[in-house]
Amino acid sequence: MKIGYYPGCSLESSAKEYDRATRLVARHLGIQLYDLNDWNCCGATAAHSTDHFLAAALPARNLMIAEEMGLNVTVPCAACYQRLRLAHRELTENEATAREIAELLGRPYQGKVRIYSLLETIAGIGLDQLAAQVVRPLKELKVACYYGCLLVRPPGTGCDDPENPRLMDELLLAAKAEVLDWGYKNECCGASLVFSERRLALRLIRNILRNAVDAGATSIACACPLCQTNLDTRQGQVNKEFGTSFAIPIFYFPQLLGLAMGLYPQDLGLGKHFIDPQRAIKAVGG
Amino acid sequence: MILLGGKNATEKDSVGAVVRASGHATLLHCYQCGKCTAGCPLAFGMDYNPNQIIRLLQLGRMKQVLGSRAIWICAGCWTCTTRCPCSIDIARVMDSLRVIARREGQTAQGRDVASFNDLFLQSVRRYGRVFELSVVLGLNVRRRRLFHDADLGRFMLARGKLRFTAEKIKGVKEVRRLFSRQGAPVRTRKERVKE
Repeated sequence: MKIGYYPGCSLESSAKEYDRATRLVARHLGIQLYDLNDWNCCGATAAHSTDHFLAAALPARNLMIAEEMGLNVTVPCAACYQRLRLAHRELTENEATAREIAELLGRPYQGKVRIYSLLETIAGIGLDQLAAQVVRPLKELKVACYYGCLLVRPPGTGCDDPENPRLMDELLLAAKAEVLDWGYKNECCGASLVFSERRLALRLIRNILRNAVDAGATSIACACPLCQTNLDTRQGQVNKEFGTSFAIPIFYFPQLLGLAMGLYPQDLGLGKHFIDPQRAIKAVGG
Repeated sequence: MILLGGKNATEKDSVGAVVRASGHATLLHCYQCGKCTAGCPLAFGMDYNPNQIIRLLQLGRMKQVLGSRAIWICAGCWTCTTRCPCSIDIARVMDSLRVIARREGQTAQGRDVASFNDLFLQSVRRYGRVFELSVVLGLNVRRRRLFHDADLGRFMLARGKLRFTAEKIKGVKEVRRLFSRQGAPVRTRKERVKE
């Protein structure tokens, strides 16, 4: 299967390992990723909080590039995914905005591109197919699948049920992990609020970690660079602020799929985490 | 039916502006069930709950709304929008309020959030992509707290997760054109003088 790939800015720096694991796992599963030529930032929260036009116009350029390449797009970052989906909707429903953007960029967008989250793209090859690739079942891994906000909301642009998403659960079940039921799978981690209102965001992060640990999780799986970075790198600050002692590894879901397929932990960027995942990796025989 | 209130014509206009900007005249349909607030992960940190913000808007109390901390604490998680029985896109209303507050220079209650957004967009305008390091350091400089989160910086550095150089994308001029509209945020000095 051929599909356009929009990594987004985080996957070039703070979430390098998400990019690395995604490319490896995709190759292993026969999904050919084509990077969108010269893609630009989707604008993220900064754009939609500041200017409605920019919020549609920045992702629009990427959609035009994908259309020119004749490809649909898969997006690993939840924030980019939502921005691209919402921009597609705006461009196909709001003629005035679409015309203005087309004039500024000197080309139209015909609305042909379909935008998928990485979860959908991988699930698209079939759960049986995926299960057939598993050489190292993740039996010892008690994992809480964390979806956060932007993959599933608002309804209509999300890739799964907004209140009880299951896609990641299904993928990790296919990899034979013990997937847990828990209440915070689609709660907010605070996202970029952690930079400007750190104390408030730390409380959200604490609640998510606590709920996962209470449910018996020994690891959390994510599908968003902001979620992973907040849950992983802020555990020290959470422990300091609330007197807790969390030390739970936070994985990107393709890292876990890669482990199950027998790929090397180092190649999957598993040495780049704040909370050392060695114990969890050893437990599954990695 | 509650009509748009407001003490004077200016306030009435500005509430109309929120309705237009967010494309949701339905905000008049809110009957205060409170689901938005019940699901809001950040209501605990807000001065007005999301349902109160909507009520204030119905009453035309724009000044109070734009001066609130709530509109800046909202992280944009879309839980409110997802659960509203009147299909009000509350998250988009919050966006519109931040847009208007910023345009009117009323960012005192959300100084850091607004600074973060500005620095982020400046980076996108300059390079076509966001250069994470410059945004985070820029915020520290503006807030005069140079070593804020320095512990994380050291870790990111050790794991090779920080980029030190930003590369412009080839189509950066196209991206800049998107910023060039009248009234667009993050203008160059030249544009500010022109306006």
